[in-house]
Amino acid sequence: MDFRETMEEKYREALSTYLSEQTENALYQGQKLSRKTIEYKVSPEEIISLHKSILMDIFPETPAKVMHSLDFLLEVMIGYGNAYREHQSLRHEQQELKSELEIATNVQHTLLDTKIPDFDGIEIGVISVPAKHMNGDYYHFVQDENECIGVAIADVIGKGIPAALCMSMIKYAMDSLPETGNAPSDVLESLNRVVEQNVDPSMFITMFYGLYNPHNHIFSYASAGHEPGFYYEAATGKFRDLDAKGLLLGVNKKTKYRAYEKLVEPGDMIILLSDGVTECRTEEGFIERETLIQYIQNNIHLCAQEIVNNIYKQLEKLQHFQLRDDFTLIILKREV
Amino acid sequence: MEFQSCVKIINEWDIVAARQLGRNVAKELGFGSVDQARITTAISELARNIYLYAGQGKVCIEKVYEGNKAGLKIIATDEGPGIQDIRKVMEDGYTTSGGLGAGLPGVKRLMDEFDIDSVPGKGTDIKATKWLR
Repeated sequence: MDFRETMEEKYREALSTYLSEQTENALYQGQKLSRKTIEYKVSPEEIISLHKSILMDIFPETPAKVMHSLDFLLEVMIGYGNAYREHQSLRHEQQELKSELEIATNVQHTLLDTKIPDFDGIEIGVISVPAKHMNGDYYHFVQDENECIGVAIADVIGKGIPAALCMSMIKYAMDSLPETGNAPSDVLESLNRVVEQNVDPSMFITMFYGLYNPHNHIFSYASAGHEPGFYYEAATGKFRDLDAKGLLLGVNKKTKYRAYEKLVEPGDMIILLSDGVTECRTEEGFIERETLIQYIQNNIHLCAQEIVNNIYKQLEKLQHFQLRDDFTLIILKREV
Repeated sequence: MEFQSCVKIINEWDIVAARQLGRNVAKELGFGSVDQARITTAISELARNIYLYAGQGKVCIEKVYEGNKAGLKIIATDEGPGIQDIRKVMEDGYTTSGGLGAGLPGVKRLMDEFDIDSVPGKGTDIKATKWLR
């Protein structure tokens, strides 16, 4: 530590200059010195001790009482020095937590990664953005051997790390389901049992599961208390809620889910979302579902991915770039 | 053990007596003013903990030698309620946030060596040493 060796000399120089001429420049030397002493973690009490011994050297006429007062000051500063060192170690700890969190985020990405099916006749657009580091929203696509496309969207009540941990379990449970012939209502029933058994009673998950059959264009779906999506009917240009009733996952292990079906015509769109989309809070309160429909309408001529991207951008701006909740928006569009 | 002397901690004045004892020994050993202040602050904290939480106990100051280095050892003992979760009280920010002073992590930082034994219901035994550089 060569700085510590030269510190005394530098301090002596700066202090002597200041004592002989009280100029701004001399003070500036002091400020520059403090930048260095902080860098080398010199604590306040050490500075006072240094100050005292140098003062005694360069100005021996200093009244004894002034010197004693510096001893008193040193005693008072011990506490500050300790607080300073505590601050440093807490900062170090925070750095560690931050990098741990980054690793966890990467693990989550790998774990929850899903391949968006590429299938002629159906166009898919997806965007999912976490409010904090880790995402408590979850979406997943599966394509079975009959070419049916399964789409899941789920939201844990809560956000951040606890929500993300919970989501990993859902993903694992979904992977354990048989690969074919899973009716959406059956999927929700079996996930509900897993959640009920494994999750803290204070934690709930909402989920929507849909299965699109590209041969007969039937979209079958079921919902476990999830924020209703929208259905866009190209023939009339109208939007309506994609209503489906069902209890949240994890409330009661015997919950049954009702199956719904819808014939999808060319140009029709299925819009799925998490409550981070509808609970986008502006100065006037939550945005209305009608406003959201308006946004979709404005972008309807674009492809599915562009629509979801644009809506996210608009809502992000509306909230001054501060997401309060995880945001997930999915659009499935039957090509014309 | 060449030298040890103790102060009983019963009331707040005893904290001052313990500090005085520690400072005298630190001076004798040749500690500089910064280290003297650090040692006395550590003694204060330990004595204050005894006074506040254990009711009574004692603080002993010992000169210690190891090879050719000399040091000062503080031994704080009480028969108070003890500490349930030592890891917790050794965590930074645990006591300081409540304005309780530097706390045990502070004492550990002020000294070079720190050792704690505590049995709930029986009492606490803390040893902290500072070496002369």
